[in-house]
Amino acid sequence: MQQQVWTMKIRPHEKLWHIDIKEIWRYRDLIELFVRRNIVVQYKQTILGPLWYLIQPILTVIMNMVVFGGIAKMSTDGMPQALFYMAGNICWFYFSDCLNQTSNTFTANQNMFGKVYFPRLVVPIAVVISNLLRFVIQLGLFVALYLYFFVGGAPIVPNWAILLIPLLVVMLAGLGLGFGILISSLTTKYRDFTILFTFIVQLWMYATPIVYPLSMVEEGPLRTLIMANPMTSIIEAFKYATLGQGYFSWLALGYSFLFMSVLLLFSVVIFNKVQRNFMDTV
Amino acid sequence: MKAIEFNHVGKQYRLGLVSTGTFSHDLSRWWAMNVLGKEDPFLKIGDTNIRSKKGESEFVWALKDINFSVEQGDVIGIIGKNGAGKSTLLKLLSRVTAPTVGEINVCGRIASLLEVGTGFHPEMTGRENIYMNGAIMGMTKAEITRKLDEIVDFSGCERYIDTPVKRYSSGMKVRLGFAVAAHLEPEILVVDEVLAVGDAEFQKKAIGKMQDVSKGEGRTVLFVSHNMAAVQKLCKRGILLEDGAVKYSGGIEDTVRMYIDDGTTPSQSVFYDDLSTAPGNDKVRIKSFEVLPVKGDVVSVASGIHFRLTFMNYYPTFHLDAAFVLHTADDTIIFNSGKVVSPHCQSKIGEYVVEFSLPPFMLNRGKYYMTIWMGEKNKYRICEKYSHPFMVEDAFPDDPYLGKPRPGILKMEINASSQFREVYGK
Repeated sequence: MQQQVWTMKIRPHEKLWHIDIKEIWRYRDLIELFVRRNIVVQYKQTILGPLWYLIQPILTVIMNMVVFGGIAKMSTDGMPQALFYMAGNICWFYFSDCLNQTSNTFTANQNMFGKVYFPRLVVPIAVVISNLLRFVIQLGLFVALYLYFFVGGAPIVPNWAILLIPLLVVMLAGLGLGFGILISSLTTKYRDFTILFTFIVQLWMYATPIVYPLSMVEEGPLRTLIMANPMTSIIEAFKYATLGQGYFSWLALGYSFLFMSVLLLFSVVIFNKVQRNFMDTV
Repeated sequence: MKAIEFNHVGKQYRLGLVSTGTFSHDLSRWWAMNVLGKEDPFLKIGDTNIRSKKGESEFVWALKDINFSVEQGDVIGIIGKNGAGKSTLLKLLSRVTAPTVGEINVCGRIASLLEVGTGFHPEMTGRENIYMNGAIMGMTKAEITRKLDEIVDFSGCERYIDTPVKRYSSGMKVRLGFAVAAHLEPEILVVDEVLAVGDAEFQKKAIGKMQDVSKGEGRTVLFVSHNMAAVQKLCKRGILLEDGAVKYSGGIEDTVRMYIDDGTTPSQSVFYDDLSTAPGNDKVRIKSFEVLPVKGDVVSVASGIHFRLTFMNYYPTFHLDAAFVLHTADDTIIFNSGKVVSPHCQSKIGEYVVEFSLPPFMLNRGKYYMTIWMGEKNKYRICEKYSHPFMVEDAFPDDPYLGKPRPGILKMEINASSQFREVYGK
């Protein structure tokens, strides 16, 4: 008579902090496949294909140059407008793409989730990684543009803070993922949040120094509000590192990092709780 | 060793629009559970899962107090009507949703085929989707690559393997999906009604594969289907669900019989004393239909069965036929044989008796129906059809071979002989 062993126990409730990282690691091949699917599927049956990765920021930057630089005559701290807008926008794109594409994790995948189990976090993680590719391509565009202006003698000086860029990217990804899965967890039951969040993300962009430099905002409650935005210090640090102009502060970056860590932990716990029963309410 | 164990498992659903007023419900529930530390207040109320009845509560138990266990290597058929809770049970097992109460213990990796082709992306090719589907089910890329040829071969979609899946027919999608799942090598395979879409050849292939999986490789299979023939062919044991509870659990033959059986216990013989209400019309009236053992006291496999139909005929000078159709509880016809009661249009007003017997060792134990037709010269019937159920009991409980219940509609002595011949050399 063999000893009875159970490899898995299914209970109505798991501990709140029970997050199975090992399990996600076991499904790493699935993450890779999801990443590839996200990339390949996006531009199937399009003529320009991955070129859209470049067209989108170029058009946005041109529009910014016309509206904010040309019509509104907003300062860019003496930096070339194209570079200034490009720096802010590619960072924002990465964050907002991560957020938008993970925020419907449950509703968009309910067919698949309803039939088979795998760690649900695999899906948003794959989104973050596939967007990273897009970010890297856009970063390449930024570098090309940068060299063009650098050779042309524009007053841009890169500095040591360039080494921080990987950390900045991780923070962008963490914030996007954290907010995204939090929204997706909230929207399985109450769809109102979907509409609310689309609106909030739109407004949020204007509370982040993308089309204007932080130095333009005078001391006061408005500046406090903008500094409270965890995106601010990341984008300013990116501009400082590459263009040599911008607001750089360890304190502000530390705040953003702490904000991201707490948010991510909280969101993962909520997400984990929701995934067990969301099929009944979605 | 057990592979699966259900302990008092229940799953509760809330009816109606889920998102109406749940904020307040959720708040009070959260308050009671997390702050006051009480039991979930919504668990106490709740009806059982009976679809056709109007319940009093808006909470319903799709499954209630489910207890059973499955031994390793068993092939279990789960049967039941629509809404009995079969799919919910599989969903709990495959962790798509969590139970409300109770616990499920599992030993081994589970792969579920709740609906094949899960995660197929229409834009991607068959090959890409094999990888995708396999990975969703928990395979690694290396594993899939190793089995890719086998999977493609089994699916029979070789020609279209680099075509996007959106160009596939629904049957091809199922074939591809099943092929992936069949090569998963999980310890426990959960299959829900997947064979309905494939053609006959593929169904045969799929059932064969599942048999291999269980017999050859000693893995556990849970199979949900409405196709009783497939269930009986594949499974050794069965679980019958009814209204969210286990109604019966045991050998597959008995489980299927319980499911098909409408619940009436048949009386072996019927006598209609009042002719005005007896079955029939103003032309013929059935007085009695008797099902008797040829020898012994009980109609059993070994007794032989004698049928005697007595009826009144009020319709003179015509050609009267009586036909007897024997069928099983699930309406499979065993035979349809008739007797010309009055040839040459010689019927008379009065009582007729038609009798015949079936030999011993013909019908297996179980419930059968005898349907009687009466008509004129094979042309039209002169009285509504009359159906009578009867039971055949098991015989020889002591006999080591014949005493054992055997599957099948018939239980026949085949009078086989065997000879031995010595063969020299190779």
